[in-house]
Amino acid sequence: MKRIFSPLVLPITAVVAAFLFGGLIVWAVGDDPIFVYQLFFSSAFRSAEGIGYTLFYATPLIFTGLAVAVAFKCGLLNIGAEGQLITAAFATAWVGLMLPSWPALVVLVLAMLAAVAVGGMWSGIPGVLKAKFGAHEVITTIMMNFIAVGIVSYLTQYHYRRPGDAILETYPIAEVKDGAVIGPHLPRMHALLAPFGINFPEHIPLNLAFLIAIAACLIVYVFMWKTKWGYELRAVGANPLAAEYGGISTSRNIVIAMVISGMLAGMVGINEVLGYRYRYYDGFSPQYGFTGIAVALLGRNHPAGVILAAILFGALQRSALFINIFTDKVSKDWVVILQAVIILFVACEEIFRFRARRLRVAAE
Amino acid sequence: MSDGPKYAVEMRGVTKRFGAVTANDHIDIAVAEGSIHAVIGENGAGKSTAMNILYGFYKSDEGEILIDGRTESIETPSDAIKLGLGMVHQHFMLVETLTVTENIILGAEPLSGIAIDFANARKRVRDLSTQYGLHVDPGARVGNLSVGQQQRVEILKTLYRGARIVILDEPTAVLTPQEVSELFAILRSLRDQGKTIIIITHKLAEVLALSDNITVMRDGKVIGNLATRDATAEALARMMVGREVLLRVQKKPADPRSPLLVVQRVCLKNRDGSLALDDISFEVRAGEILAVAGVEGNGQTELIEVLAGLKRPDSGEIILEGRQVAALGPHDHKSLGVAHIPEDRHRRGLLLDFDLAENSILGLHRDPPVSGPFLLNKQFIAERAKRLIKDYDVRPPDAELPARGFSGGNQQKLIIGREFDSKPRLVLAAQPTRGVDIGAIEFIHRKIIELRDEGAAVVMVSAELDEVLSLGDRVIVLYEGRIVGEVDPKAVTEEEIGLMMTGGQKHEGRQD
Repeated sequence: MKRIFSPLVLPITAVVAAFLFGGLIVWAVGDDPIFVYQLFFSSAFRSAEGIGYTLFYATPLIFTGLAVAVAFKCGLLNIGAEGQLITAAFATAWVGLMLPSWPALVVLVLAMLAAVAVGGMWSGIPGVLKAKFGAHEVITTIMMNFIAVGIVSYLTQYHYRRPGDAILETYPIAEVKDGAVIGPHLPRMHALLAPFGINFPEHIPLNLAFLIAIAACLIVYVFMWKTKWGYELRAVGANPLAAEYGGISTSRNIVIAMVISGMLAGMVGINEVLGYRYRYYDGFSPQYGFTGIAVALLGRNHPAGVILAAILFGALQRSALFINIFTDKVSKDWVVILQAVIILFVACEEIFRFRARRLRVAAE
Repeated sequence: MSDGPKYAVEMRGVTKRFGAVTANDHIDIAVAEGSIHAVIGENGAGKSTAMNILYGFYKSDEGEILIDGRTESIETPSDAIKLGLGMVHQHFMLVETLTVTENIILGAEPLSGIAIDFANARKRVRDLSTQYGLHVDPGARVGNLSVGQQQRVEILKTLYRGARIVILDEPTAVLTPQEVSELFAILRSLRDQGKTIIIITHKLAEVLALSDNITVMRDGKVIGNLATRDATAEALARMMVGREVLLRVQKKPADPRSPLLVVQRVCLKNRDGSLALDDISFEVRAGEILAVAGVEGNGQTELIEVLAGLKRPDSGEIILEGRQVAALGPHDHKSLGVAHIPEDRHRRGLLLDFDLAENSILGLHRDPPVSGPFLLNKQFIAERAKRLIKDYDVRPPDAELPARGFSGGNQQKLIIGREFDSKPRLVLAAQPTRGVDIGAIEFIHRKIIELRDEGAAVVMVSAELDEVLSLGDRVIVLYEGRIVGEVDPKAVTEEEIGLMMTGGQKHEGRQD
């Protein structure tokens, strides 16, 4: 039991401390902290609508958090999830645009494969550069982010935009007609729950991608902790020299970890394009890739932790609008501050742990 | 003052806790002025903690410290220095790019106006070094000095700051036999000129040869204080471990059979193109232990890594039971029956954040029965871990504890269990007992000899000359990547082999 609960103690402490600090800020600007937190909980969790939006906002963060966690377990910091998910989302839409007359289900499957493949390729490049030449993945993945934004914006603007459209987005790959979606898309939660007699609000964009995200967490868990390949990948992250001693190829595992990481980040495109907008909308990501780093950090790089952390961040995003509207003095940026403070506290906790370890070593 | 001896240092009832661990439990140590006092004990016995409290690195939770009979509060190392204490750490704290003089005066520079008075500094350093026989060139760059000379610089540093009481933490761990005897001469000369010396060690022979008085610690407590003339190695070992210990390696004469490992003209280049291994040839037969002696950094690390498949030689052949293996990797070597105890268990041997069970399959994880086509066989792993814990006496017996949580000796037993369990044909044992308690040393030696008697070939590298000579059936000496000779461990003296280790001269011609 101790081994299940002790890893939870510090992240929970960090969140509680951050909430206290957030309350202090609300109080300092002259508003009522209790009211703000009531607003937070009621808007994010009290209704089917609130939960639906919270989980919808959590979905991309589960993918990116998981992506960062997998790379981290191999000792790699994937800062490039943003670029990976942008290219993957564009590729998802592109498959739909290229195959307008194909059966929707086939296009759907191909588009999903494209998201995973392009995300994996976009992170595989830094992986190979690291494995072959020792190029640091933090630098190369950041550079790949800029390249991704540049290429995808160019393609959207000059090749796939409806002429005269003021918004930077591609042609749609599916259309909504009379409440039904025509074309390749993932069913929304409303449609998924209807056969069970549950009436989930139709307008909430929560869709099958959320369940795909949960399944991805399960698969990653089994892969990392139950298979021999996961063992090798984690061994390289824990101590590359010992891994080498155990006959494990560090360079191969670096590439594998980066590719898996990018594939997971790329799945954000599935949620965005096939589950929500049915087109590529340039600039759709409010830095999901970077928030994923915080999610992984708070979730201790464990799939279950990633789900919980993503839901927390999703809830914050959901409630931001309400806090903005229904309070006098607190703006929606308060939520961003809260996120930042959570990250700070989690980072502090790493410092505490490091110091505790040093003390123990000194004691020996 | 009373009639008894005057004490330079007295620790009374000193207690230090780290969380739930009591590192020092009401310890009493009294060090007579002008004596050499040894504090001995196994790893984790609390001797370093006690000295770190004395030197102001830690603050004790209880107890008092008297220097020259007066109660003093030592909060920081600079308090300790003001009181005349000096400490030489096991890992030297020197700036390699600076000269000896610059290192010694660092932080206590003599000034003339605003400039450093180097002439004065050099003179004082030279005076100190002649006074105490600490010969070292004040103008030499520290990076160019031998380890023994660097240690003298550390001692000079404490004397330059006016130390009357010098604490040395495991001072002989890194020295050659010649350097050890030179150090002892220096320490005796310091004592004879009125300095008080405290040395922390776990080497019993050195304690008996050098010290006047001994404090034995175990599990954070002082087990006994005694005069060296009343002590024997056996009695001290019993006090340190808490039970009878076999200090001598017990082994039958080797019964060597056909050659199992043949190494022919192996060369390995460093990154800068110099030769780490220079034309190495030898063979090891089944049923014998070949010990490799040498000062660290003379190619032993590279030799073992080449034999384990971690490095590919640039030229030459390695033949294991008739197969060419020089081009194979570590996984292939393991499959062919090579066990490897790496020299640095934290660097190479363990995944410190992984638990014992996960560490127990490193290198075996890819093959049945440890894993199937995809999944690790958790049940088999758990049962095997349980068996290893029992057979190799790993404590605490907890397969789910991270490797970081075990003491050095138990970490080493875990590695040895993992490597020896599959009945290897060739054992590569690099520093197999480094940083390991006396009790565990005995156990590890027994396991290596057991494998030898069952017909395995053993290549053992050790910085401990005792270990090389007592465990080895044959001994080769490495110097600057070359084999400078082979000696008979029963006939050779420590001086002779020490000379070979430092490139002094070849003892015998190279073996064909």
